[in-house]
Amino acid sequence: MADIALHEQMISVPERAQAVARGGAGDIRFKMVTLAAALIVMGIFAGVILSLVIGAMPSIKAFGLPFVWTDKWNPVTEKFGAWPSVFGTLVTSFLAMFIAVPVGIGIAIFLTEICPRLLRRPIGIAIELLAGIPSIIYGIWGLFVFAPWFQVHVQTPFIDAVADIPVLQDVFAGPPYGIGIVTASLILSIMILPFISAVTRDVFETVPAMLKEAAYGLGCTTWEVMWRVVLPFARAGVVGGAMLALGRALGETMAVTFVIGNAHHMPHSLFAPGTTISATIANEFTEALGDLYAPSLFYLGLILFFITFIVLASAQLMLRALERRAGT
Amino acid sequence: MKTNQGLIRRRRIANGFFLFLSVGAAGFGLIWLALILYALFSEGFSAINPKVFTEITPPPGEDGGLINAIVGSVLMSGVAVLAGTPLGLFAGTYLAEYGRYGRLAFFVRFVNDILLSAPSIVTGLFIYEILVAPLHGFSGWAGAASLTVIVIPVVVRTTENMLLLVPNGLREAAAALGAPRSNIIRAVTWRAARAGIITGVLFAVARISGETAPLLFTALNSSFMNKDMTQPIASLPVVVFQFAMSPYEDWHHLAWAGALLITATVLTISIIARLLEPKRH
Repeated sequence: MADIALHEQMISVPERAQAVARGGAGDIRFKMVTLAAALIVMGIFAGVILSLVIGAMPSIKAFGLPFVWTDKWNPVTEKFGAWPSVFGTLVTSFLAMFIAVPVGIGIAIFLTEICPRLLRRPIGIAIELLAGIPSIIYGIWGLFVFAPWFQVHVQTPFIDAVADIPVLQDVFAGPPYGIGIVTASLILSIMILPFISAVTRDVFETVPAMLKEAAYGLGCTTWEVMWRVVLPFARAGVVGGAMLALGRALGETMAVTFVIGNAHHMPHSLFAPGTTISATIANEFTEALGDLYAPSLFYLGLILFFITFIVLASAQLMLRALERRAGT
Repeated sequence: MKTNQGLIRRRRIANGFFLFLSVGAAGFGLIWLALILYALFSEGFSAINPKVFTEITPPPGEDGGLINAIVGSVLMSGVAVLAGTPLGLFAGTYLAEYGRYGRLAFFVRFVNDILLSAPSIVTGLFIYEILVAPLHGFSGWAGAASLTVIVIPVVVRTTENMLLLVPNGLREAAAALGAPRSNIIRAVTWRAARAGIITGVLFAVARISGETAPLLFTALNSSFMNKDMTQPIASLPVVVFQFAMSPYEDWHHLAWAGALLITATVLTISIIARLLEPKRH
């Protein structure tokens, strides 16, 4: 109010009271605007769930819960089941995590302990920038560069090599298409790799230097410090980060759609083409005619949202607990 | 002493082995990423020529460019940022300044972080259900709306984080001068956190410039020069997807050119954002 008094020296008491009241009203209005914005965020979330449920309703009524584990997908006879898509989503994501988590942790160890100091920042920044590259780039590279190379140089020799080994020959049976479940998993793992490395490195850097120095002082080797001090200390953060990455992998559309092959039967081998929930929706939604086709795709979306919600929510709870621990 | 020597040797060997593995992991991971960038730049640069920026997407077998897709992407991203930024800014402000430890703020934060990493294709389904199906048509507005849904959580998250970095002493000093709370927020905390908030908006732009999945069935696509947001509209990522999946060689070249444009945009924006970003402690 100081400036009012300065500019208009002869300000009357009622005018000043009015100005103060205006400020108060503006104050409440501003708070209400921010509150409304916060409620809109909640509204969007509720809207997403509601719209998925409403969109899926005809299909939910027609197929019920068995939809999830039915493995038929036939738009002509309007018989739909989610299992090939759900199976593809789970398998590709877990295979991708299986590769990306150890490699990502390896990169983080390299960046925090082994890498020459001069290179740490540039490599770290490069990895963070790569984490921001859109998934469609990974997809197009997978389709044009990786899949043809993989088909000739890995799949063919691999299939020949395991041809006489009892279990493996079934798991990796079939002609080498290049595209398929394994290819999609590999592209996914390359895509989530920078993300996992960046998160893990950040968590490693929160480990107090004193703890590490104490361990080194006791004569631990670098590996023992990483395995017995840094990793246990950072465990919750690493797991939380990995779960966030899993959430991304489960819902990833473009990196997978290019190279999964979009085959709607249960894949008979890991090299065979398959599909994922997001790839099915992306490929078929605009062509979905009939009363049950589009609702079944919504139903798939609902299942996907449900799975990722569980994964992301647990990731959040873990990371929150970690923050609280760091805060005290 | 003998066993001790053996133990030390074993530990040294284990150390060497595992450190070798982690160097190997780093090399392995970085090689793939380098290969992707190499392919992208070599294929992309050979496909980029002035026509890319002057002509519209061609039918197969003819010459053409990507200008309609570029314009569509800029239009929809622009609308999404203009709509999403204020919303995200206010919601983030609520979380950091008013809600903080409240129950509502807890839920909003939780929900926001879920939306932040929720599958983007689900966003497309959501907008389809509320905008495309009721209005009987795909449109640029629907595409922009689906991108807005992606912008908001990014801006909310960074706004809250950046406001929380502002020292409470600043707020208290302003309050002691008699400033109402809304003035404190607008004139003091927002100003102190400005660089960080702008970073957040830039990250949101980077994030949506490559988003494909939510546009597939909201904005759809268009092979004409369309600036009418009430009609289906082309966008770079969707064109890249469509052209890459096609069997035509010349469409593949344009897809690489588009992919390079997207990556260059995203990298430029994220580098600017990083330069602006306040130092983390």
